Amino acid sequence: MGKKVALTGNEAAAHAIRQINPDVVAAFPITPSTPIPQNIAQYIADGKMDTELVTVESEHSAMSACIGAAAGGGRVMTATSANGYALMWEMLYIASGARLPIVMAVAARALSGPLNIHGDHSDIMGGRDSGWIELVAENSQEAYDNLIQAVKIAENKDVMTPALGAFDGFNISHSIEIWEMEDDDKVREFVGEYEPLFPLLKTEEPVTHGAWAPPDWYFEHRMSQLKGLLNAKDVVVNVGKEFGKAFGREYGIYEAYKMDDADYVIVAMGSVCGTTKDVVDSLRDNGVKAGLLKLRLFRPFPYKELADVLSGAKAIAVLDRVSPAGAQGGPLFNEIRSALYDANNRPPVINYSYGLGGRDTQPVHINSVYDTLKKIVETGKVEKQFDCLNLRGAWG
Amino acid sequence: MALLNDLAKKKEGLVNGHRLCPGCTHSVIMRQALAAADTDKYDIVIAAATGCFEVSTGLYPYTSWNVPWIHSAFENAASTIAGVEAMYKVWKKKGKTNKDIRFIAVASDGGTYDIGLQALSGAIERGHQFLYICNDNNAYQNTGNQRSSATPFGASTTTSPNGTIIQGKTQPKKDIMSVLEGHHMQYIAQASPSNWRDLMDKVKKALDVNGPTYINVIEPCTTGWGFPAHKAIEIAQLAVDTCVWPLYEVVEGKVVINYKPKNKLPVEEYLKPQKRFAHLFKKGNEHLIEEYQKQVDKHWEWLLKREESGISY
Repeated sequence: MGKKVALTGNEAAAHAIRQINPDVVAAFPITPSTPIPQNIAQYIADGKMDTELVTVESEHSAMSACIGAAAGGGRVMTATSANGYALMWEMLYIASGARLPIVMAVAARALSGPLNIHGDHSDIMGGRDSGWIELVAENSQEAYDNLIQAVKIAENKDVMTPALGAFDGFNISHSIEIWEMEDDDKVREFVGEYEPLFPLLKTEEPVTHGAWAPPDWYFEHRMSQLKGLLNAKDVVVNVGKEFGKAFGREYGIYEAYKMDDADYVIVAMGSVCGTTKDVVDSLRDNGVKAGLLKLRLFRPFPYKELADVLSGAKAIAVLDRVSPAGAQGGPLFNEIRSALYDANNRPPVINYSYGLGGRDTQPVHINSVYDTLKKIVETGKVEKQFDCLNLRGAWG
Repeated sequence: MALLNDLAKKKEGLVNGHRLCPGCTHSVIMRQALAAADTDKYDIVIAAATGCFEVSTGLYPYTSWNVPWIHSAFENAASTIAGVEAMYKVWKKKGKTNKDIRFIAVASDGGTYDIGLQALSGAIERGHQFLYICNDNNAYQNTGNQRSSATPFGASTTTSPNGTIIQGKTQPKKDIMSVLEGHHMQYIAQASPSNWRDLMDKVKKALDVNGPTYINVIEPCTTGWGFPAHKAIEIAQLAVDTCVWPLYEVVEGKVVINYKPKNKLPVEEYLKPQKRFAHLFKKGNEHLIEEYQKQVDKHWEWLLKREESGISY
């Protein structure tokens, strides 16, 4: 039987990695994910896991060593945040292009500059097109559960694509929550053994990894890679069900919170969903038909499923924990709005940036979003397609 | 050292059909290195940095490699091989292999002296078992001969060109051997494909070290340096005989010079056959050749003194 523990999100990720006991972890410390490699090193020092830990000199080398190890032939994991993730950028594409099912924990954090070590989604949104599967957690429990499932999803023969399990820096990585830690053997049984496809270390069958592809082959490689990534969607659902059977917590690609008859809907990812659920509950107590669509799988983006579940709403606000950076809105907004373009019913969709660099997002801010949605429905007018929550002064 | 007859019969790790330029020495050096490896005793796995050698031997859907080989990026041959080697430790521990496998990372000067220096330094410090071979062709040749920190003084490259007021590269070449010496490896060496027995001895020695080792090899580049395709080995020999490229080892910090030319040739002999140095021979540029000679002599004297002192770590 699992047990209830009161530990941080980083500890949840570290325990998941300890229980998975990957063959190799190559990692470089960076706030706020530093406790993950620290804890792993301690578990190894204490004989609680026997992973080979490569304490590299940079995140670029972390992902490079992960690629070498995974191509060598075995299960490989790492952890990072923000600038570390950005330093891996080149190698993220190479890991996914090489179809190596590396799994990475990301304590999501703001990117410099200005330097800021706190939570937002600048890192994982910046790397959203690097070909990785992206799962985003609301809390420590999900951070733990997602990493365990990510291993099975990434290593699925129809997928063979690296996956990251993200959770908000500090909001989750450093907050102590009560969550259920499963038994070591149960977790190991769930993830099972991994049989690498073309290991370099099988020297009797020499293989070439990382040959370059000229114009007459590159396109086919990228599209074949895309198929693997797209296949992940169904695998995420199946693994989520299996996980439910094994541990009693089932997962899908999203969580529809009080969405059945919801008129006013917020779409969001990560820790802000906890706050939003509280606000939805109190609005519901007052007879307001509020709902939350919490997205768990950002890549591959499940646009059809999201359009289906959202097209019944009267107005939608999408919360992006990044700056739109010159686009019409944040990445989640643009993808949701694009998904709704083909729906029979196209409710108005507005966008907020929130929580950048660790800025607090409180119930009062979420309430203001629902107020705006109500006003849009009442007046039929969208005054501001884009706005900010809890920004000093008004935007625009 | 095996007899040439035996070496000729040995299974090749790098086979024909690659797309290197005629007269390129990348393949010559790697074939010498793989011939030196005692493959009856152990297997070899290679990680390559992006560069001429990589693009010419691993072009999908073909490969010239008959040994396991991985390429991932430019600056990370060392960290990539470190990952493979870490996985090998796991395979050994878990009984997934009982083979003796030894690891080689191969890059040129761009991937070693410059963009890959950090990854190399880190991997050496961590003590992975791997031999890092740098095929030093004195510039970024894969992108068309741009200067690197390995480009020698005076050489004209596309980013340190000879012009009306500047005559080629104004800085001397980085002494990468000294940079790497600071890592206190058990074995590092400098070699040349012209002195192939010496190169092979060095590779064999390095592969027998249970830890990181480094060999710096001169890799004359027919297109970048500007000499006829059949002259590459002669150019390498001239680099050795002028002491532009001393053949030496640093064993536990102790310098051993493997070849002292009976007639140390003037640097002109090395410079003259190469177009990249042609401007040095124009009237008024004599001082540049003098400066070149001074740098070479200074370094050679220093090496001789190091050897004479006999000090080690």
